Amino acid sequence: MPDYALELSNLSRHFHLKNGAFKEPTLLKAVDGISLRIRPGETLGLVGESGCGKSTLAKMILGLLEPTDGDVLINDKARSASSRLSMARQLQPIFQDPYSSLNPRKTIEQIIRLPLQLHKEGNKESQKKAVKDISDLVGLPERLLKQYPGQLSGGQRQRVAIARALILKPKILVCDEPTSALDVSVQAQILNLLMDLKKELGLTYLFISHNLGVVEHLVDKVAVMYRGKIVEQGTRDEIFQNAQHPYTKALLSSVLTPEPALGLPEVLDSSAWDSAQAS
Amino acid sequence: MNRILDIKNLQVSLPTANGVLRAVRGIDLHVDKGEMLCIVGESGCGKSMTSMALMGLLPKRAEVTAEVLDFDGLDLLSLPKKERNKIRGMRMSMIFQEPMTSLNPSYTLGNQLCEAIMRHKGVSSAEAKERAVYLLTRAGVPMPEKRLDQYPHQLSGGLRQRVMIAMALMCEPDLIIADEPTTALDVTIQAQILRLIRELQQEFGTAVIFITHDLGVVARIADRVAVMYAGQVVETATAQELYSNPMHPYTRGLLNCIPIPGKTAPGSHLESIPGVVPSLIGELKGCAFANRCHVSTSECSQRTPSLELEPNSTSLHQVRCPITATTLQEAM
Ligand SMILES: Nc1ncnc2c1ncn2[C@@H]1O[C@H](COP(=O)(O)OP(=O)(O)OP(=O)(O)O)[C@@H](O)[C@H]1O
Ligand SMILES: Nc1ncnc2c1ncn2[C@@H]1O[C@H](COP(=O)(O)OP(=O)(O)OP(=O)(O)O)[C@@H](O)[C@H]1O
Ligand SMILES: [Mg+2]
Ligand SMILES: [Mg+2]
Repeated sequence: MPDYALELSNLSRHFHLKNGAFKEPTLLKAVDGISLRIRPGETLGLVGESGCGKSTLAKMILGLLEPTDGDVLINDKARSASSRLSMARQLQPIFQDPYSSLNPRKTIEQIIRLPLQLHKEGNKESQKKAVKDISDLVGLPERLLKQYPGQLSGGQRQRVAIARALILKPKILVCDEPTSALDVSVQAQILNLLMDLKKELGLTYLFISHNLGVVEHLVDKVAVMYRGKIVEQGTRDEIFQNAQHPYTKALLSSVLTPEPALGLPEVLDSSAWDSAQAS
Repeated sequence: MNRILDIKNLQVSLPTANGVLRAVRGIDLHVDKGEMLCIVGESGCGKSMTSMALMGLLPKRAEVTAEVLDFDGLDLLSLPKKERNKIRGMRMSMIFQEPMTSLNPSYTLGNQLCEAIMRHKGVSSAEAKERAVYLLTRAGVPMPEKRLDQYPHQLSGGLRQRVMIAMALMCEPDLIIADEPTTALDVTIQAQILRLIRELQQEFGTAVIFITHDLGVVARIADRVAVMYAGQVVETATAQELYSNPMHPYTRGLLNCIPIPGKTAPGSHLESIPGVVPSLIGELKGCAFANRCHVSTSECSQRTPSLELEPNSTSLHQVRCPITATTLQEAM
């Protein structure tokens, strides 16, 4: 077994934002020297304010975006050294939007089977059986396999996306806001599914979410990101019970649990953590 | 009277390719002056349709009926179009989830903030600007004078939502309808915006209908809550009462689905509501929730329950489920 399922060392991605023809472009350090390690079978939650660089980081891990600097190691090997196809067997994404990520003109069966075809794995019969097995695993009724994405509910579509991500039996899933477009009852089903799959298949997750209640429920470790950098990381309890960084504290105090007696939290002044970061 | 809005049996239907979609199937609601009413429910249950019906902004092909649709003594359904538009501009305003849908990209923020009050109230440009700057300041927008000359795309999402809140308050409306105003924002900005809405609401005595599917948000800001399912209100109570004593099986199901820090053991199996919402096309027989309900009986799919006052509660607690009422009485 590799030491780390996923290792990021000093990973950066900069964007040059144009300011018109005659002005210097502004440099945006969307991801700014991030190092992180996830052991096999571990779930790491990545949280932080909107625009702090979480999706940019996920895209670099998935090979959808080139880093400006630094390395991504998957199962102890440099991502750039392996081909796209072999990568797909180790690492798969699940994105927020189950609507736009499924081809509306293919049946559910075709959608889930496609990765096997691309990888020329097995024959038509064995592929069909694999699709049926994986659909059972994610709780997708067989009758839905002949239907089209437009005929499914949001939760069913997200199950299709998860089945498709699992069909090549990858060990690592990168989940970018996988439940934020879903209703709470569907969210609960998908979270239960992710936890069951982790137990059954020993999967490793990078789990990106704004919903700290969900993160606390699901993860072993947490990394808190602010303006392109990791400002704090630790085990679930270290972060949720004993956060040190002012931004982490602000984030936790903004979580609205369903307790009417508590009212709204005090609004904290961002200068506290801006200066903490500058120093 | 203390009521600003009274709704009885509001129905909204839309013709579709597959038949008539009954998006709102008989809603009873009221809002008192200065009150914060939260409407909560799953995607597609008719929350936005209800608010569009109140604002008079439904698509033309939609059919709206109601026994009562009374806004401060005025019957909204029989009001001439001109009067209705005037009410919409001056006495009722709306904050949308995505501010860019209601901000015009080609006009300055100053223009858009001041337009309605100048047109409807005949206020001078200088006075209007003064009020805009005051409200932007109250809304926590830095450099408010400078913002008047800026365009919407020059602001971040959080700032745009603050501008929308200021705009909604320009004419000192009696009622604001906020449809998922913080769903697109991250938690720290969400907390700021909610505080702002609450503070301004209390300062100006404005009634607010706040629509969301986030039960955490509802708990922290609502005076009263209405839970919607499949185009109907299934339960309504004060926030305190609803969270400590949820009665409808759907409300209980919703509250059980969310992991609560400090209460739900991390990694434990979460409860969920099995099945899916029924189609709203055509007539629905019996209780709309019966097919997903763990306490339903054969009678539930025959008889449509009405919204009944819960006899054991001290505040106004109404539930659309005869079973919870009897179980509770038997337990006494
Ligand atoms: N292709 C691009 N060109 C220029 N800037 C970009 C590009 N992609 C992202 N950015 C910028 O990089 C920053 C980080 O964006 P990113 O999408 O990674 O944030 P995020 O943490 O995922 O936010 P959210 O929580 O809202 O999804 C943002 O300021 C964004 O505007
Ligand atoms: N323009 C339209 N034409 C036909 N049907 C529509 C239209 N807009 C909405 N609907 C349908 O009307 C019903 C109620 O929709 P509505 O937008 O009020 O739901 P909602 O409670 O606001 O949901 P969400 O939480 O997703 O915003 C849904 O079944 C929806 O599919
Ligand atoms: Mg993102
Ligand atoms: Mg809506």
